Amino acid sequence: MQALGKHAGRRFVVAVPYLWLIMLFLIPFIIVFKISFSETRMAMPPYAPLIEWRDGAIVGIKLYFSNYSFLFTDRLYASAYLYSIKVAAVSTLWCLLIGYPMAYAIARSTAAWKNLLLMLIILPFWTSFLLRVYAWIGLLKSNGVINNVLLWLGVIHEPLTLMQTDFAVYVGIVYSYLPFMILPLYANLEKHDTTLLEAAADLGARPWRAFLRVTLPLSMPGILAGCLLVFIPAVGEYVIPSLLGRTDQLMIGRVLSDEFFANRDWPVASAVAILILGLLVVPIMLFQRVQKGELEARP
Amino acid sequence: MNRGYFSRTGLVIGLAFLYLPILSMVVFSFNNSRLVTVWDVAHSPTLKWYVALLSNQPILRAAWLSIRVAASAATGAVVLGTLVGIVLARFGPFRGRTLLSAMTTAPLVMPEVITGLSLLLLFVALEQLIGWPRGRGMLTIILAHITFTMSYVAVVVQSRLAGFDESLEEAAMDLGARPVTVFFRITLPLIVPAIVSGWLLAFTISWDDVVVSQFVAGPASTTLPMVIFSKVRLGVSPDVNALATLMVLIVALGIVISSLWMHAMSKRRERESQLAIAANQ
Repeated sequence: MQALGKHAGRRFVVAVPYLWLIMLFLIPFIIVFKISFSETRMAMPPYAPLIEWRDGAIVGIKLYFSNYSFLFTDRLYASAYLYSIKVAAVSTLWCLLIGYPMAYAIARSTAAWKNLLLMLIILPFWTSFLLRVYAWIGLLKSNGVINNVLLWLGVIHEPLTLMQTDFAVYVGIVYSYLPFMILPLYANLEKHDTTLLEAAADLGARPWRAFLRVTLPLSMPGILAGCLLVFIPAVGEYVIPSLLGRTDQLMIGRVLSDEFFANRDWPVASAVAILILGLLVVPIMLFQRVQKGELEARP
Repeated sequence: MNRGYFSRTGLVIGLAFLYLPILSMVVFSFNNSRLVTVWDVAHSPTLKWYVALLSNQPILRAAWLSIRVAASAATGAVVLGTLVGIVLARFGPFRGRTLLSAMTTAPLVMPEVITGLSLLLLFVALEQLIGWPRGRGMLTIILAHITFTMSYVAVVVQSRLAGFDESLEEAAMDLGARPVTVFFRITLPLIVPAIVSGWLLAFTISWDDVVVSQFVAGPASTTLPMVIFSKVRLGVSPDVNALATLMVLIVALGIVISSLWMHAMSKRRERESQLAIAANQ
């Protein structure tokens, strides 16, 4: 379709989504960045303008860095920030440990099974994320299904505290994001040439050794894509920790939302957003490179 | 093979992990007890939570709003996302391509709180500057949802187009078809399955979104996930189980119907291509 390039229609086709994304994706970030340097005000909107205009001329620019210095001095923010990184990292690792064997088994099954199994992996994704997290409240609470079963079996004699723990948040994140780990892993593992493994076996490699030396290195792009797809959104996760998580230790997404809704401090909320983005900018760029390689490699 | 057993066991356990919570939700939606997870043997199964759900006006109103929002957002996202998918898959290199591709992939992983906050701040700034959008409500939710669901459509369309080489389109051009004709006669039919699944995906994500909606919704516009979220923050509630069961049922039906339809389509295509080969001989 290169000939289309000379056509005016091509410009239009590029321009429409381009303008949309600049307007509703790029500019909003610039506004967040700007407001993160504003002073909080009791007004609507609750922040002071950065640039003072008088008679059509700029008479002064006021940058408040205090939103950031506030974030760096108050322990609450630093601990929420580090806790979010820890939760996201641990959950990503669990997703990988659970997802890899699943993706591997699907990739090595027959064509008919493959379609069925893939459908089973994707199906929960089509049902509400919010309701699937909600399901875990029923399982984890002190008179919930898990405790009832364990009590009935006589394994425990008193209900375990499962809700509002780190464990509950890990379970919630792993449960919700597992398909995002499995699908890129499957897409990668499915492309592998099994003759390589046969060659390794012919040369005397045991199956585990062949896996570690051949399959695992080849699947690195899939592992990377899956881990990024889980890690990046998990850092800013809001719904799962709000429903299942601890009340004494917040995640950074919750802090942002509390600053915004409960404290009505838009500048501090913006500064929190900028700090989250600062943490995620490298993983996001990495994800874009992986994604680009995945989508642009023609068969 | 040891490894085969290991990964297959993992698969079975993993699938159980994915489905048992959903199953438990379905089972307890028929439970009479208000305690949800304590089975009331004497009075269960019962349909009373379904009856309660279907007479709950705020939930029904919110569901109707969510359906309208999701359908509008999915339609908008399909139009814009398809354009992006075609541009990225077919237009070759051009100035600004990297930025477009970055703005398309970033929303896929962007934490929702950041998307929500940034869009709200945009709407507020716009209202100050040009007086539009006046206040926040259904319109701002739809605009926000289009923006973060169009990326999913773009990815689905782009990967569908990456699976076909450009020779079909080039052949049509060589035969003198104008670009618009090529698009409607060749490209569009090729990507129809991607557009359909892109629309469904965008609909589902919009229908499900609570975080972004919370930021950009006005006081009068409460979507279904917002109602559910504020309900379940206070603990489990049996009518939510009933709602979840209905949604699982609808999704399962939808999946079965669409896979039967896909199957029929591929059968038909097979038969047609066989007929075409036979006719040529």
